[in-house]
Amino acid sequence: MNLMEYKYKDMIHRCFRCGYCKFPTDWSDITNCPPYARFRLESYSTGGRLWLIRAWLNGELEWSPNLANIVYSCVGCKNCVEKCPHSFNDDVVNMIIAAKTAMVDEGKIPKAVGEFLTNVQLHGNPYGMAAKRREDWMEGLNLEPYKGQEFLFYVGCEGSYDTRAQGAARATAKLLQQAGVSFGVLGSQEISDGNEVEMMGEDALLEDLAKKNIKMFTELGVKKIITLSPHSYNVFKNRYPDFGGEFQIYHHSQILANLLKKGLIKAPEQADARITFHDPCFLGRWNEEYSAPRKVLAAIPGAAFAEMGRNKKGALCCGGGAGNFYTDFLGGSEDSPARIRAREADEAKANILAVACPNCLTMLEDAVKVEGLEDKIKVRDISEILTA
Amino acid sequence: MSSIHQELVNIVGEDYASNRREELFTYSKDLGTSQPLWPEYVVAPKTTDELQAVVRLANETKTPIVPLGGGMTLAGLALPQQGGVIIDLKRMDKILEVNEQGRYMVVEAGISHGKITSYLKKNHPNLMHSEPGAPPAATVGGNLAIHGQGDLAHPYGFNTDMVNGLEVVLPTGDIARFGSCAVGSGWYTMHPLPDIGLFLGWNGATGIITKVSLKLYPCKKFRENNMFVVENEEFVPDVLFEISHLGMAEDLIATSSEIPPMMNRLHYISIINTGDSEEELEFKRHMTFDVQLAKYIRNGVGGIVSLYDERSRPQVSKSADWKKGGGFEYVGAIVPVSFYPECYRRGSEISGRHFIPYTVLGRVIGSCHSMMFSWSYAFNRADDATVKHARDALHETDELVMELNGTIWKPAIFGQKLMLERMDPGALRLMKEVKKILDPNGIMNPGNWEVD
Amino acid sequence: MYELKFDPDLCMACDTQDCLVKCQHMDIDQEAARTEILKLAGGEDSFVLRDCVTCYACEEYCPNGNHPFYLIVKMQEELGMFPLPDPLVKSGVQVGIPFRGEPVIDEMEGTALNMGVFSPLLGRVAGSKLFEGLPIISHDSRKMFHYFCQLMYLHYGKTSVINERLDGIIQTLAAHGAKEIVHFHDECYGTYTSYAPAFGIEVPFKSIHLFEFLYNRLLELKDEIRPLGYKVVYQRPCSSRLSSDKHPFVAKIFDLISVEYMDREYKDENAMCCGATILGQKKEGSRVYCAEIQKKNIDDMKKAGGQICVFNCPACMQTLGMPVSKAGIMPLFMSDLCRLAIGEKVG
Ligand SMILES: Cc1cc2nc3c(=O)[nH]c(=O)nc-3n(C[C@H](O)[C@H](O)[C@H](O)COP(=O)(O)OP(=O)(O)OC[C@H]3O[C@@H](n4cnc5c(N)ncnc54)[C@H](O)[C@@H]3O)c2cc1C
Ligand code: SF4
Ligand code: SF4
Ligand code: SF4
Ligand code: SF4
Repeated sequence: MNLMEYKYKDMIHRCFRCGYCKFPTDWSDITNCPPYARFRLESYSTGGRLWLIRAWLNGELEWSPNLANIVYSCVGCKNCVEKCPHSFNDDVVNMIIAAKTAMVDEGKIPKAVGEFLTNVQLHGNPYGMAAKRREDWMEGLNLEPYKGQEFLFYVGCEGSYDTRAQGAARATAKLLQQAGVSFGVLGSQEISDGNEVEMMGEDALLEDLAKKNIKMFTELGVKKIITLSPHSYNVFKNRYPDFGGEFQIYHHSQILANLLKKGLIKAPEQADARITFHDPCFLGRWNEEYSAPRKVLAAIPGAAFAEMGRNKKGALCCGGGAGNFYTDFLGGSEDSPARIRAREADEAKANILAVACPNCLTMLEDAVKVEGLEDKIKVRDISEILTA
Repeated sequence: MSSIHQELVNIVGEDYASNRREELFTYSKDLGTSQPLWPEYVVAPKTTDELQAVVRLANETKTPIVPLGGGMTLAGLALPQQGGVIIDLKRMDKILEVNEQGRYMVVEAGISHGKITSYLKKNHPNLMHSEPGAPPAATVGGNLAIHGQGDLAHPYGFNTDMVNGLEVVLPTGDIARFGSCAVGSGWYTMHPLPDIGLFLGWNGATGIITKVSLKLYPCKKFRENNMFVVENEEFVPDVLFEISHLGMAEDLIATSSEIPPMMNRLHYISIINTGDSEEELEFKRHMTFDVQLAKYIRNGVGGIVSLYDERSRPQVSKSADWKKGGGFEYVGAIVPVSFYPECYRRGSEISGRHFIPYTVLGRVIGSCHSMMFSWSYAFNRADDATVKHARDALHETDELVMELNGTIWKPAIFGQKLMLERMDPGALRLMKEVKKILDPNGIMNPGNWEVD
Repeated sequence: MYELKFDPDLCMACDTQDCLVKCQHMDIDQEAARTEILKLAGGEDSFVLRDCVTCYACEEYCPNGNHPFYLIVKMQEELGMFPLPDPLVKSGVQVGIPFRGEPVIDEMEGTALNMGVFSPLLGRVAGSKLFEGLPIISHDSRKMFHYFCQLMYLHYGKTSVINERLDGIIQTLAAHGAKEIVHFHDECYGTYTSYAPAFGIEVPFKSIHLFEFLYNRLLELKDEIRPLGYKVVYQRPCSSRLSSDKHPFVAKIFDLISVEYMDREYKDENAMCCGATILGQKKEGSRVYCAEIQKKNIDDMKKAGGQICVFNCPACMQTLGMPVSKAGIMPLFMSDLCRLAIGEKVG
């Protein structure tokens, strides 16, 4: 790949490396780009990354595993897009994703990324687990397969396979049942939504997955989809239309807020709860949905709510995006974003750290443990709080 | 793996020391027109202990070290002129103390100005510090090391005049403290002794600033940008003098630029007025416009552009992208306010010669005691010819400052030479001695303020 | 060059001299008014040139279709008596110079919406049912000065600038091919329906006032209207004086969407200008006068019991929006109010 073939060749040099993008909305710290928060070397900041990409495409720098790590450490959280003051800000993250695509095309990607992509390609999920096991989370729930019900409940890979995230999938399904929502699931038919593979630059695989999913959804007559994960929500809503897939997409937080409002489910009283909420990037910055999960939490009788210092548009990502929940470029340090976030929840004096994303759930639960905060803070998906 | 690298890893841990090409590349460039200069190592200490160990290692091995804050000077001042170790100080960013009644705060020097402003706004809304117009990632230490000025320059002077105490790691790795903190008291005053002129403004060539007590000032509830305009540049010094007579403006800046057309050949004077109430603000508006500047309005040669606009953090770096080119650099000079007209005229000529839309700005420092006048030159990073034009324009401007009998602020190496050539011999000798005593091995940001 | 068509005979025969007698910013009796307006018509100096704050109102007060305000502005320029200090005039004149490339002429037919220099407000109309199907002219804020109606220069004593540039602007607009143009701002509407004819400038398209358009559109969407029930006051902008025949649509729209149109002193013909242009005027005391009329205006809104203050002009909104909301009244564009009425969300 050289610069001339790169989609953003006329733009990438415009990054001034001024570092506005290191900050959250309230300017409280320079650590709101997760990889920069983790490594604190300029090469890991947004600007550093863009300049390195340009140097690579320009021939100024050779490709190296370290370069690939730096590029792939971007979790696609879009804080930079939010904060860059320049008129090209919308494309800042796209410039990085396009560089990942260039690396994929040349087969020069970190090993963990390769594994992830291969697993998705071969098994339809990043863990490389058997399709059959996708149904593990449903055990004992008595769920119907999708056959024309009003909604398809699309669980996604984490909710299906990850033992912790399964809790959120189960809780959500139970709430939908309680409320009498007409819905079905795909069970072992389900395959990856493709959001992460796109964020990792594997466009062809996204297209493949999108087409397969669209075909399956269309054949089954799906019109409305509830997703457990904001990542699925994002790709279904914003990318599938490019491949001809037009469905009505809801994130489970939106459905739950609505069911609560209509009185179809009731939030149990939690007098001792002091809840804070961690905004998932793919619900928040990517889709500007900040209110639905907060409405859910506000409906819990007796519970107190406290924002963390960085919230909504300014939230610090848990570090799990763009496949990093699996590839883990940002782990292993007290400055891993998830651990910073766990400490922030503690500073907010929360005893429940609420999330609305299976990735955040696993990332933050691990972080709370490592921080030794597990006796003080429980990490819960909003659906789990409603079924407590 | 080289042994210095291994030592650095031993000091700060693997994640925060690098000799990999990608990190070295990144730190070999700054935002301006400077040619890349490659370090051999990059290290990011978290504590003063770690920093001391790094400096000791450098001193023992005679390895050059270059302290780095935000890296925002544009003038290449934190590029390693002679290789060695870049010490990225931004992990040293703790707020150690805020004394509300004593109006000061003690911080680690790698803290960003953006973080301080945000912290005070949240926790001490009645206090503020002087934030430079730089991108908010600029650090306190870096700014003091180049005698920066911020948004309280008009009432209180240079940011280096607002220091209440200092801790420095000397080139030997030892620590020295100055101000009341040096005698074990709080960090509430810089004077009477000892003096600190040895470190402020030295580009880190004499030591690395690690802790600073910053003076804080009253922060009024409301803050508005009142804009006045004149066409004749000769009026600017007097307008500034008149406003400065009131002693009320929080910041006072005159600008002119070719783009957008609205600014072309016109001089906009931004007067930041503040107040805790509408009455206080209206009183200030009244004194400013109905009294002090009334003659200009009456004569039709000056006009109120806008009042009441909220002041927001300047996003100056946008001007870097006027030409979709992602870069600009400026020469700043400290000059008498009376120089404004000449600086503007000559500057716009230089810009014209290099096909760059002119952009000039003058910020009043103190009660019109001086002004920081800047000439900005935008370039397109992807087009070497424009970079060269900007670089040439910068050099011509440095020479212009000398010709006008100004002083160059935060000069690049080229400008530093011009300044040193004209330096009083007594001062020059002293600078040399000081440097020799403090940094016998010449490891501290060598090439900067170097007297042959 | 274009010449103003002003008919002094009408003034001779005029039995009201309402133009100046009704002026809110000058105290002048009928006798003096006749003398002064005729002086101006004859090319002579008058104190009116100094005291006029350029509120546009006399253009509406004149019952005979003459153009007293255009005359005043023309004379201010001819006699070099600009209401604003020179640097403000220069800055104003330069504001309108396009500097970010040539406009892209996308062809359209039928009716189009012209944003003028308010492309940054596009978000307020794009995607709304109210404007569904209307192609938009001047949607790119980098190019918006190519669509600047220039009428602002009436505040600057600069009909020459308007006359010099307007032809080009009209051509650019016309190049899009729309036969009818709805103007987002009534200053544009005034330009093409009042100023241009007064100066004999030809306009090859038909102009539609935003309010008339909104009214008709709301009629079409009648079933979707949900009565809003708010108490509203209206801040009438100076340029609306150039299209007083369209002003009744304010009341008609309010009626249609069931908001209560509150009576206030500064209503209809007696509207009080937002003061934006007065702030910087040369005349001694202008800054304070501006603050005073703004205060009076807002006090009046409060007294009238307005919950919402409806604006049409973005400049008025910019000037008064903040103080209005500080007074506990919600500032809202007319188009946004109409959007609320059909159940749309406004940001
Ligand atoms: C758009 C823009 C606007 C600007 N506006 C202003 C302005 O209004 N006012 C102003 O003052 N500046 C301004 N600047 C210049 C500059 O960005 C600031 O002065 C900034 O505060 C410098 O701090 P830094 O942390 O970026 O310093 P760096 O660039 O990192 O360092 C500056 C110098 O100090 C040395 N150094 C760094 N840290 C230390 C330390 N702890 N101890 C000793 N030496 C050290 C470095 O080696 C270097 O020589 C502007 C820059 C830009 C790009
Ligand atoms: S992405 Fe934008 S904000 Fe970040 S360094 Fe580049 S130009 Fe600055
Ligand atoms: S998307 Fe997030 S992780 Fe990636 S560069 Fe931007 S701020 Fe950093
Ligand atoms: S301009 Fe109109 S109102 Fe004034 S005197 Fe002439 S005709 Fe009468
Ligand atoms: S424009 Fe306004 S101020 Fe001027 S004369 Fe007419 S009514 Fe009076």
